[in-house]
Amino acid sequence: MTAAVALHIASPTRSASTDEPVVVRWLLIALALSFLTLFLFVPLATVFYEALRKGVGVYFNALQEEDALSAIRLTLIAAAISVPANLVFGVAAAWAIAKFEFRGKSLLITLIDLPFAVSPVISGLIYVLLFGAQGWFGPWLQAHDIRIIFAVPGIVLATTFVTFPFVARELIPLMQAQGSDDEEAAVILGASGWQTLWRVTLPNVKWGLLYGVILCNARAMGEFGAVSVVSGHIRGMTNTMPLHVEILYNEYNFAAAFAVASVLALLALVTLAAKTFVEWHFGHENRTNIQEQET
Amino acid sequence: MSIEVSKISKQFGSFKALDDVSLVFPSGELVALLGPSGCGKTTLLRIIAGLEKADSGKILFNGEDASTRHARERQVGFVFQHYALFRHLSVFENIAFGLRVRPRATRPGEVEIRRKVHELLDLVQLDWLADHYPAQLSGGQRQRIALARALAVEPQVLLLDEPFGALDAKVRKDLRRWLRRLHDELHITSIFVTHDQEEALEVADSVVLMNRGQVEQIGAPHEVYDHPASPFVYGFLGSVNLFHGRVQGDHLQVDEHVLALDQHTLSFDTQAVAYARPHEVDVVRPGPGITGIPVVIRRILAFGAAVRLELEREGAEGSENAAAPIEAEIGRERLRELALVEGDQILIQPRGARVFPVNLADNDRAGLVKEAV
Repeated sequence: MTAAVALHIASPTRSASTDEPVVVRWLLIALALSFLTLFLFVPLATVFYEALRKGVGVYFNALQEEDALSAIRLTLIAAAISVPANLVFGVAAAWAIAKFEFRGKSLLITLIDLPFAVSPVISGLIYVLLFGAQGWFGPWLQAHDIRIIFAVPGIVLATTFVTFPFVARELIPLMQAQGSDDEEAAVILGASGWQTLWRVTLPNVKWGLLYGVILCNARAMGEFGAVSVVSGHIRGMTNTMPLHVEILYNEYNFAAAFAVASVLALLALVTLAAKTFVEWHFGHENRTNIQEQET
Repeated sequence: MSIEVSKISKQFGSFKALDDVSLVFPSGELVALLGPSGCGKTTLLRIIAGLEKADSGKILFNGEDASTRHARERQVGFVFQHYALFRHLSVFENIAFGLRVRPRATRPGEVEIRRKVHELLDLVQLDWLADHYPAQLSGGQRQRIALARALAVEPQVLLLDEPFGALDAKVRKDLRRWLRRLHDELHITSIFVTHDQEEALEVADSVVLMNRGQVEQIGAPHEVYDHPASPFVYGFLGSVNLFHGRVQGDHLQVDEHVLALDQHTLSFDTQAVAYARPHEVDVVRPGPGITGIPVVIRRILAFGAAVRLELEREGAEGSENAAAPIEAEIGRERLRELALVEGDQILIQPRGARVFPVNLADNDRAGLVKEAV
């Protein structure tokens, strides 16, 4: 994530002293390209090839099957709840960290990174330990007939947890770099806190925010580990798309498995395209900002 | 509107930014807060604006306590060093911002906003830029738009934080004059922060010199320049030569030489430092009956209206004056008259040097522009 930010800011100019000989340059490019082909492009092509091998009819049948539709629906629900939740949380956390000084700030930054640091399976297990039948809140939840584990709420919770850092991580360095001059200017001109947020802060970070949301969404739809632990794999009930792909594959239903997988792969491609578009805008804006600072 | 700062203190961690500062800014004046970085001038400005909270003390607007008023209710205009224009809004919308965020009851209509913004754009002579975005403007244009934006809310006070600090020398000079003219037109109480003494002396009605969180001197530009109240002010406002010695009535004993002094109240035989500006240093050829401090000419800088001489003390080995370079400024005729060349041995006679006790001078050495010892 930080690497991505560094990339936007990196200056496009190259000096002659750091230029390598042509052979070295081509060798490096060839190496990178062959690596990409072998490990990314070939698998991606295989997914679509396998999905369509038995014909378009089989492909669309696999997608229109009851359980597949239910898995797609659940994935969309999980993303539709966790992405907005993390959008709000991310903006709030980034605002707090970038614009204010307070005790425990570094602890908060560390906590935001936690979901990146722990294995998704552990994240899922935490929820089982908390809300499962044998968990801390298990008996109470059972007494009130609330189901979290092996049900939709558990999947949403696990997804939200795992995608927690994306928006905040993207915004914090951006907001820190921008400082709070603009906000101070707005307040002195009479703007309320709410007006400052909507009219100044958010427009200033809109591309970074969009970038974070895109990554957050991609992860929310593709998450496997944490969701797998809390889902219980009940067909048509608690299966998301990645889980559904696994089940179909384990049942040797390759065509259907790859058909659903191809939808996920398409989603990844759309994400990539959106990301590239946003990066291009973001980079453009950053360049003008840097010029602004230099003049 | 007059502003009164009463016993303001502010601490950042262990750093004392402002130490019991009291000041009055008279209505309608343009005042410069001048000092080296870290002297507390920007902190004071931000406290007046309400962007920073003082640890103790009060801010009075027209005699009324404004300390508890929120920044958005203080009716001040603030101009930032780096402009802080809203980059996603056009110049027009930037200026209109303060009007558009007003509560519905007091918000002017679209026609009124349009009229007001164009009036301000005319005032800063940039009407043709209304549809441009901040990134398309030069630094000087941005700062003028920032000023127009600050004026849109009809502030009672205008506060400018190093307004020309990010601009190059030529633009800075133009904008300085322009700000002065604008102030003469509007007569709004204005305070601007700067570390550039030339800027402060040239633009302001009065100058407040600050050092280490305290006010050193307040006065009109010519007063603070001609009669510095402390060694710090002497050193900060232009270059100055230092002479260490002992006070002997109306003169200072500098090693085995004597130096005439301005009026002072120091007692006989006090260890002291005399201050003289380069243009107050006369040079003469040595001769019978002529007294002065012997120096050697190291360099003659003969460009510009006056000629500057870089001098070095002679025969002062072992004295604390030995290493101190001396600068003298003389007229071109005088240079021709004396036919001076580099390497000549001459005498200098500082006129009306001001003297301060040595401990006071040592205390403020950190702030001096020109390190003399």
